[in-house]
Amino acid sequence: MPDIIDLTLVELVDKIRKKKISSKEVTAAYVDRSQKSKKLNTYVTEDFEIALKKADNFDKNPNYEKKLPGIPIAVKDLFCTKNLRTTAGSKILGNFIPTYESTVTENLWNAGSILLGKLNCDEFAMGSSNETSFFGNVQNPVGENLVPGGSSGGSASALAAKLTPTTIGTDTGGSIRQPASFTGTVGLKPTYGSCSRYGIVAFASSLDQAGPMTRDVKDCSLLLEVMSSYDRKDSTSVDFKRGNYLKELNNSIKGKKIGIPKEYRVEGMPKEIEDLWQKGINIIKEAGAEIVNISLPNTKYALPAYYIVAPAEASSNLARYDGVKYGFRSKGENLIDMYEKTRSEGFGNEVKRRIMIGTYVLSSGYYDAYYLKAQKVRKLIKNDFDEVYKKVDAILTPSTPSSAFKIGEKTNDPVSMYLNDIFTVPINLAGLPAISIPAGIDSKGYPLGLQIIGKAFEEQNILNIAYSIEKEINFKNKINDWWM
Amino acid sequence: MAKNQSEYLIKRNNNEYEVVIGLEVHAQVLSESKLFSSAPTKFGAEPNTQVSLVDAAFPGMLPVINEFCIKQAVKTGIGLNAKINKKSIFDRKNYFYADLPQGYQISQYKNPIVGEGSIVLDLTTGEKIVGIERLHLEQDAGKSIHDMDPQNTLVDLNRSGIALMEIVSKPDLRSLEEVNAYIKKLRSIMRYLGTCDGNMQEGSLRADVNVSVRKKGQKGFGTRCEIKNVNSIKFMQMAIDYEANRQVDVIEEGGTIDQETRLFDIKKNETRSMRSKEDAHDYRYFPDPDLLPLELSDKFINDLKKNIPELPDEKKKRFIEKFKLSPYEANILVSDIETSKYFEEVIEKSDVKLSTNWITGELFALLNEKNLEISQNPISAKNLSKLINLIKDGTISGKIAKSVFEIMADEGKDPQIIVEEKGLKQQSDPKEIEKLIDKVITDNPDKVKEYKSGKDKLFGFFVGQVMKVSGGKANPQLVNEILKKKLL
Amino acid sequence: MGIDLKTVKHISKLSRISVDDEKAKKLEADLNSIFSFIEKLNELNTEKIEPLTSIAETNLQLRKDEIKSSNIREQILKNSPEENKDFFVVPKVIE
Repeated sequence: MPDIIDLTLVELVDKIRKKKISSKEVTAAYVDRSQKSKKLNTYVTEDFEIALKKADNFDKNPNYEKKLPGIPIAVKDLFCTKNLRTTAGSKILGNFIPTYESTVTENLWNAGSILLGKLNCDEFAMGSSNETSFFGNVQNPVGENLVPGGSSGGSASALAAKLTPTTIGTDTGGSIRQPASFTGTVGLKPTYGSCSRYGIVAFASSLDQAGPMTRDVKDCSLLLEVMSSYDRKDSTSVDFKRGNYLKELNNSIKGKKIGIPKEYRVEGMPKEIEDLWQKGINIIKEAGAEIVNISLPNTKYALPAYYIVAPAEASSNLARYDGVKYGFRSKGENLIDMYEKTRSEGFGNEVKRRIMIGTYVLSSGYYDAYYLKAQKVRKLIKNDFDEVYKKVDAILTPSTPSSAFKIGEKTNDPVSMYLNDIFTVPINLAGLPAISIPAGIDSKGYPLGLQIIGKAFEEQNILNIAYSIEKEINFKNKINDWWM
Repeated sequence: MAKNQSEYLIKRNNNEYEVVIGLEVHAQVLSESKLFSSAPTKFGAEPNTQVSLVDAAFPGMLPVINEFCIKQAVKTGIGLNAKINKKSIFDRKNYFYADLPQGYQISQYKNPIVGEGSIVLDLTTGEKIVGIERLHLEQDAGKSIHDMDPQNTLVDLNRSGIALMEIVSKPDLRSLEEVNAYIKKLRSIMRYLGTCDGNMQEGSLRADVNVSVRKKGQKGFGTRCEIKNVNSIKFMQMAIDYEANRQVDVIEEGGTIDQETRLFDIKKNETRSMRSKEDAHDYRYFPDPDLLPLELSDKFINDLKKNIPELPDEKKKRFIEKFKLSPYEANILVSDIETSKYFEEVIEKSDVKLSTNWITGELFALLNEKNLEISQNPISAKNLSKLINLIKDGTISGKIAKSVFEIMADEGKDPQIIVEEKGLKQQSDPKEIEKLIDKVITDNPDKVKEYKSGKDKLFGFFVGQVMKVSGGKANPQLVNEILKKKLL
Repeated sequence: MGIDLKTVKHISKLSRISVDDEKAKKLEADLNSIFSFIEKLNELNTEKIEPLTSIAETNLQLRKDEIKSSNIREQILKNSPEENKDFFVVPKVIE
């Protein structure tokens, strides 16, 4: 029998239901491995003792009807977890302990799963390498001193290193898909409005979406079923019929039309990525789908538009971190002094940069030229997708313009860091679902991902396409536990 | 349309200045729960006991709009004869303050829920129509308490998130009287609609005042200043008066008015500039991405229109037409919904004319004297109605009724019972009165002689004597009639 | 269009984040670099385009006027940086 930690989520659920293993055994195995992997710096807060107790309780009183019976899961530290410290990767939340639970994690626990701990992330989800966290960098298990991607770097790393059987992250400009690509794992950003934002520390309200990060597409389907729900506590939550994603998963994509957007072939793109993309195209053709060349003409404006809209919303969302109600407070002579010191000391540099950009683009005299303009560009980008979706069912692109880079390699130049999100950002602007699956390695042996973008609310479709590609590629993450 | 004669002019040297006033009224919406959260809204609760996680802006909290508050705003718009905007947008107004937990207020900027409307003012010189610019919904802020702790400010978020309607008038007001009439009318309309209780002491109705001046006859407006922190009509008037004079002084001395926000100091009776104005608030408005545009259907609006109760202007018209009341009387009776309800209850069973007189006369005098609102009236409508009926059917005289009224005010009793107990029934039996008159005549032969020889004024003496002898209970009309006959 | 030191100081005041001169200089450089990247949008003519108001494909959800959250003062004040069982406590505001 394979090691517990090598089992996929779906396999684990099956074995637990068949009483072949207990929740306690699974949880203990993951706790043990996590404790031996501190070098990766994936955990901000561990909840191992309580997790083991909960696992014990589950075994004593099991409910196998649940979708995630007794499964231990560590989650990104952007989800508010009741009675367990939540930091958003920042100093400014101090020792904040929520008295409430986010809807998405509530869904996980209601499905029978158990919280292992909170995973590291870029501060307030702002970053593409998990190098902006107050709690230090996260290591990519793929290779020493490599970034895992971001902002859900801790999640992707813990997942790839098998410190948790599965996990969840959030994606605002690529923060699930890009680290999935960098770590050789699967990451899905659902349609905007699919997963509730209630209880998730907000970064950019019109872009944020929680999503599953898993070892394979089957696991992804199962986890999405649990996470996605209509929530009255979130006014942007959409009430639509959510599918039985796992049950309806199939790899038949015969007759489907898959678009290949020419604008995603960017200048200076490494040949390996081009090759990978072609590999994906071939697999799809072999499986009986039709390849259609399409154009998304406003693609190159997506990243600039994103870097107006996201910081603008963030500058407002982060105004509540003022030292008054919770978190870190710096001593001040008067209220304004307290605000200024608290926020200066409490926020990291990237967060401060983005708050400033955001404040500026909304400020008097600049609103029309920047924010309003960016919202118009966003409309254009969405229109581009609406147009091509009259002709195709999904779109195939690379996930990232490169594989994982070295820690410290891009920290001096914010713009070069932003370019990591070039393939993922347009999808957030348009509110569409997209999944990244590992599809190969580059010359350095580091994983590269392919992204499948779908129509709004058609997650099943992209899961199926991903499933068929995954089956063909049969990617195996070669991780040698170098940190243990 | 009244002659728009503003008597409120400021004279300096040889110049006459007109004062231009606009009001921004913040009216707390009457609702069970807050605008974007389900916490309660009652006034006077212990600090921070009516605060939800959303109100305190905890991480990950999101706004969900209260449908009833939307209805209240639309109803108010209908009551202001205003355009209801079928699509409106909620924007974030960003600034930092201790009682603003989110660091922004959810408000409406360019697309408010209600557009232009109008309100009719009842002035001593007649009616004047004042324009309404717009009405929008927004969150109220919490309270900062500066005087409980010498080093610190204490913050109570109970009020944070309660729905406010901000009603902006056009700069059509020209005098202190008009300001008073405007606030009173606006308040009355909202109380009729049940959309705001208009309680200025509790802070459910507050106003910011915009004041500018211009030479009489000048076209265009002068630079205006906004005065904040005036929470009663009286202070508003004092502040306006001070500020208008201040501005005139500046202009007369050759200076210009800086557009700024000022505070009214009630102790010194003056306005002063608020500090740190170089940061003139840049609110960086943008549509709140946690919400969607509000879209109202025709049905939604029409259903509300159908259920609007009779409002003061309509009611006044009806009272004048149906009951033949004078505009002055009608004004008083409709000025507050509680008064009109009281009146309408009383006249269900009583004579309208008498009811009008008694309510606008004796009752209001009583309330003024005891400093009571009509809702705290010790005399029930039922009882007043009974009293009036006793007068009408001759059981008691008007004079006696006044005494009964006083007793009712103290004891709250049924007038019939009072009349019984104190034996105050009017003597209306002609035979009995004749007897009394005969006695008086018999007892005063000299006076009778004098009267018969031409001293007509003595008639009053006889009337007085008859009243005295009857203990005030003789029916005055009958006394007059019979006495006249007897003295011929 | 460039962002100068004065603007950096102005924005930091608006966003209530203090910056010393050294940090301000670094920010000036960073922000300018980010802005020249953002300026790319000027290539587009968007005059006739309606801005996106929401990406959520749904209508604004309306809530019933019911009280669902009663006295949770303890929860509200639990994470407060300054201990006080009734109020939030902050340094005095200078009017």
